[in-house]
Amino acid sequence: MSSTVLKPTSPVIWTASLVLAVLFVLSLCVGVSDMPLDRVFSDAAAFELLLVSRLPRTLAALLVGAGLAIAGLIMQTLVRNKYVEPSTAGTAQSAELGVLIVTLLWPSANLFLKSIIATGTALLGTSIFLMTAHRLPPTQPFLVPLFGIVYGGVIGAAVTFVAWQADLLQYLSVWTNGDFSGVLRGRYELLWIGAAMLVVAWVIADRLTIMAMGRDASVGLGIDYARMLQLGLVIVSVISALSTVVVGMIPFVGLVVPNIVSRLIGDNLRGTLPVVAVSGAILVLGCDILGRLIRYPYEIPVRTVMGCVGGVIFLWLLFRRPAHG
Amino acid sequence: MASQEYRIDRRLLCLGAAAVLCIAAYMTIGLRGNIGFVLTLRATKLVALLQVSVSIAISTVIFQTVTNNRILTPSIMGLDALYTFGQILLVFALGGLGYAALDAQLKFGGEVLLLMALATGLLLPMLKRGTDMGLMLLAGVIFGVLFRSLQSLLARLVDPNDFAVAQSASFANFNDVRTDLLILATVFTVIATVIAWRARHMLDIVALGADSATGLGVTWTKTVTGLLLLVSALVAVSTALVGPVAFFGLLVVAIAERIVDTRRHALLMPAAALTAIVILVGGQTLFQHGLGNSSTLGVVIEFAGGLAFLILLFLGSRR
Repeated sequence: MSSTVLKPTSPVIWTASLVLAVLFVLSLCVGVSDMPLDRVFSDAAAFELLLVSRLPRTLAALLVGAGLAIAGLIMQTLVRNKYVEPSTAGTAQSAELGVLIVTLLWPSANLFLKSIIATGTALLGTSIFLMTAHRLPPTQPFLVPLFGIVYGGVIGAAVTFVAWQADLLQYLSVWTNGDFSGVLRGRYELLWIGAAMLVVAWVIADRLTIMAMGRDASVGLGIDYARMLQLGLVIVSVISALSTVVVGMIPFVGLVVPNIVSRLIGDNLRGTLPVVAVSGAILVLGCDILGRLIRYPYEIPVRTVMGCVGGVIFLWLLFRRPAHG
Repeated sequence: MASQEYRIDRRLLCLGAAAVLCIAAYMTIGLRGNIGFVLTLRATKLVALLQVSVSIAISTVIFQTVTNNRILTPSIMGLDALYTFGQILLVFALGGLGYAALDAQLKFGGEVLLLMALATGLLLPMLKRGTDMGLMLLAGVIFGVLFRSLQSLLARLVDPNDFAVAQSASFANFNDVRTDLLILATVFTVIATVIAWRARHMLDIVALGADSATGLGVTWTKTVTGLLLLVSALVAVSTALVGPVAFFGLLVVAIAERIVDTRRHALLMPAAALTAIVILVGGQTLFQHGLGNSSTLGVVIEFAGGLAFLILLFLGSRR
């Protein structure tokens, strides 16, 4: 069955993968230090550079992009609204709150422990959002993202306040400003857990597609709705918490990628999941490369580039899509 | 004048008394040392705070009337982000030296005009199309994010020396107001306030919506354009003095509306302005003397205002 569904998406996924491969190589080549591709394997210093900095950075951008895009897609499926994503639902801000709490109470905690706590708070914050969002009237689709953005803003204000009191504001900006320039070998490997979450998402893709039809319909079709909701929430929270801890918050990825893919090839998650993941990776990696090139040899954080690129795409989506969305 | 048209409302009187109390407390608590110097310093800051209160309150009331929506404010629609973006755009176009060489007052006037043009150009088509209010809100929020990102992008493209100048403009700070712009800003605020006060009856009509207002003899497009220009001038004044504050206007108008229990502009506008003064001047006094760290007032107001927004949104949609 799935093979017939996959057919129309095949050219899309192949094109996207090709673009990603080109960007991957490009990302390895772009940087301040000289690293000629033809001598990488003969020149020890160049090889070291590739292994310690360029490759981890490229992989991190790829994993974060794919992860955030999928997190956005799952979030949209669970809330049944096309305009939500982890950074507009308080998930990322809750993760920041978690990081802040660990830093205050247990300053010596390592990255792994921080990620676990951040995942916990992200889960809590997103659950509260989800419970509230389900009570908003479904006739007004724009209220949910608006609610989420301000909800995230309120959590963000609380984080700023606590950080201000504890004199941690500058420290905190490491997590609020998405930036790949600090990614080195040994500092990004946690993101592979996010990759594992992508596999989980792939496994439950069909059930998620059915859940997009709503609680009653999915229970009628034999889905354990509550459990799948929890699983979806865990996937979203783990991915956003890991991204926040390792590289910081990046807006719009989870919003624009699933929306564009859904326009191109529809809403069957089994078919769209890989395309969304690859396109998310393309977007984030592309923005990171752009950020490295605009003001070469200086860098512009990926968050800033994404805010501009993603914002324009999102506005275009908003005003092109008919109001019933 | 007001007493001839309406009996002065008792609730308004109480608000006024509270505002006067806050102002007195702000000026007198903890006076020591060279009293003349301290008083002058405080008076300048006070004037700035009063201006910010009045301009935010009035611009929010008018904006809500024009858009016919209680949870919309100029800053939620990204107007103040647009202002800071315009500022950095000027730095970018003129270069750091050229920007610094400009006369501060002239620059401010130019920025106000730029914002008025940009805001009207962006908002008028949206209002005319009469699209879904939720869509407009969301688009406004996204515009805000977009302008902030563009601003920080441009800030990184300019010379590092100018980066600090541009960056300081993007945070609300009630402690360190731009006193050099005070005279010009006062002129702007007073003129705008007088225009708004004279338009109070017309605003009541505009609040009825485009069709009814047109039926009652209001030339809709012309009036709305004028009001939007007024709003953007006021937003520019407050943003220039203290920086962007997202939810303050919303909080203030929501509270004022609960207190005077009417949307009639002759009452609502002064009530909102007085409420803003009580919160801003009172809060500043409290933070300066009671809690010791006055710079966090901005964050606290954001937090409370954001909560107020969520509650309004939730109640409004459930009704």
